[in-house]
Amino acid sequence: MDDVLAPAPAPAARRPVQEGSMGRTFRRLVLLGPGLAWWLVFLVVPLLVVLAYSFFHRGTYGGVVFDFTLDNYVRALDPLYLNVLWFSLRVAVITTMVALLIGYPAAYFIATRPRRWRTPLLILIILPFWTSFLIRTYAWIVLLNREGLINRSLMGLGIIDQPLPLLYNEFAIVIGLVYGYLPLMILPLYAAIERLNPELREAATNLGARPIKVFFTLTVPLTLQGIVAGCIFVFVPSLGNFIVPDLLGGGRSIMVGNLIQGQFLKARDWPFGATLALVLIALMLVLLVVQARIINRDRPAGADAS
Amino acid sequence: MAETEVRGTRARGVRTWAAVGVAALLVAAACSSAGAPTPPPTEGATTPPEQTPAATPGETPKPSGKIVISNWDLYMPADLIPNFTAETGIEVELALHTTNEDIMGKIEAANGGGFDIVFVSAPFAEALTKRGWAAKLDHGQLPNFANLAPEASQLDYDPGNQYSIPYTWGTTGLCYRSDLLSFTPDSWNDLLKPREELKGKITMLATDRWLMLPALLVLGYSINTTNPTELEQAKELLLETKKSLLAYDDTTFYSKLVSGEASLVEAWDGWCNYGIAENADIKYVVPKEGSDLWSDTLVILESSTNKPAAHAFLDYVLRPEVGKAIAELVYYKVPNPKAMALVDPALLAQFPNLGMTADELTRFGQPERDLGDAAPLWAKIVVEITAGQ
Repeated sequence: MDDVLAPAPAPAARRPVQEGSMGRTFRRLVLLGPGLAWWLVFLVVPLLVVLAYSFFHRGTYGGVVFDFTLDNYVRALDPLYLNVLWFSLRVAVITTMVALLIGYPAAYFIATRPRRWRTPLLILIILPFWTSFLIRTYAWIVLLNREGLINRSLMGLGIIDQPLPLLYNEFAIVIGLVYGYLPLMILPLYAAIERLNPELREAATNLGARPIKVFFTLTVPLTLQGIVAGCIFVFVPSLGNFIVPDLLGGGRSIMVGNLIQGQFLKARDWPFGATLALVLIALMLVLLVVQARIINRDRPAGADAS
Repeated sequence: MAETEVRGTRARGVRTWAAVGVAALLVAAACSSAGAPTPPPTEGATTPPEQTPAATPGETPKPSGKIVISNWDLYMPADLIPNFTAETGIEVELALHTTNEDIMGKIEAANGGGFDIVFVSAPFAEALTKRGWAAKLDHGQLPNFANLAPEASQLDYDPGNQYSIPYTWGTTGLCYRSDLLSFTPDSWNDLLKPREELKGKITMLATDRWLMLPALLVLGYSINTTNPTELEQAKELLLETKKSLLAYDDTTFYSKLVSGEASLVEAWDGWCNYGIAENADIKYVVPKEGSDLWSDTLVILESSTNKPAAHAFLDYVLRPEVGKAIAELVYYKVPNPKAMALVDPALLAQFPNLGMTADELTRFGQPERDLGDAAPLWAKIVVEITAGQ
């Protein structure tokens, strides 16, 4: 078994599992083991449990009765729940768009600063993550409520004479989600923009392209991977969030995260909660496949070539 | 009573979802391999002497060892457990849960195990009993049971307190800023059909049982109804109210009164007291249509391997001076007249609802019952209300 000690030539590592090379297979298993075990124990097994639960039903006093049924899936198709899903999708899409509009200029700005400024600026972006999401969300209540800082200031300045309804509505939910997940948009965008070869932009300018044209025909397509990654990073947690609609939405409209949380924590209907969770997971999977498609299509002409 | 969040906490408002994680770790550490279990003292003379060598005939062996308790955070005086341990030698490990559903989930996951004593609201005590997970109490081991108000033994979720001992109890009513209102509210309709001055300045509780309660009471139905038509009517009423509602809020409604964002809110009496503590213009009233009679209870789990020590803890909580300390910490009534008689008169003057008697409470309302098979229907109705525009 000299193989075990022999340094693997780099190209070989890319090939499929080596024919008959037991040692190499073993070594790969050892290297893969921890990750694989983590993935199995903390992702695959729980998901299988969720999947299994979705085919049973709730007992009279909570708990799960192990009689096979498809009832939960029929219930999940009720327009009531589809409407909640639709509302969640709308909020998540708006959140993602707003985060992109704010995040792209911010990432562009940071990525084009002198190198020594970039790290401090990035730290400023990540800084809010060091505080609890819950507390940061509460801070918005202080700002937005009718007797809050913004309304008080505007009224004090005589700009408005009635407090604006800033809190406990869809607007407040979007604000909270954008604020909470903006760093997840900026970081992949920064990585993509920073990787851009500045000479490409210079070349385009020298050839007579105006800045706007340079941006849309060169920068945006070459940072598409970052855009897609950032959008997914913001969209996915926004869609499933239940704290923000609860606190900033005042519980007056619910998102699919609240729906699932309610089934598990209020109705104690784990099977139905599991079914709703699976519907959400299926939706997310479709989105990830779309993302992979976009990135793959992008690859031949993409940033890797630069 | 079962609001969804940390109960009785003076750590104003900020919810501690993080506590769920911490509590989960505690549970993992808590599986009740607790100490050397003392065999339960058996009545009659059949106990083989070699099993209880310390016990002389006719004397109950002194409870000892260790018990694991799960409670809401800050729902017990900080010195209660140390004092209990100092006096009895029984060690207590305290785990925390954020909601009834949280602790039910943990018990469920451990198939009825994991704790010796749990604090849950009445309908959950009923569910534990019906699942066969609650231990039948041995009143012989609870000399202080006699301190409990007789009314507290007649509540229909557990007549005779066979499986649970109420820890605190109270009402749900209207909590309002008397200085901001042009009238004195006395009906649930003041909340459900708010006058012009109240539009956008009212909140209702978010947990299903209390979200539905005002409408069910106004319509004259049971707060435990499982009748779809009645629930449907309540829903229509609540959807109408929602147009004037500031928020559904279980945790910060009293802060909204203090800041003036809201002027009339649906509230548990004890939580209204947290508002009164900050602004004396805040008042509490039980509407004329009535209230529920919520109670939070102590339940010993059937799986407990140290029931004598668990009984000793229940008995300790039933002591008048311990009950007094609980009431003075959480501003809730305890169903223990001797304890309430010891409560600082200044507190009773500041928080009038703390002085409600057992007789008044039982006249105001009915306890919540477990909804059984109607729970999914209730959940759906509540989604229809909260998702409705």
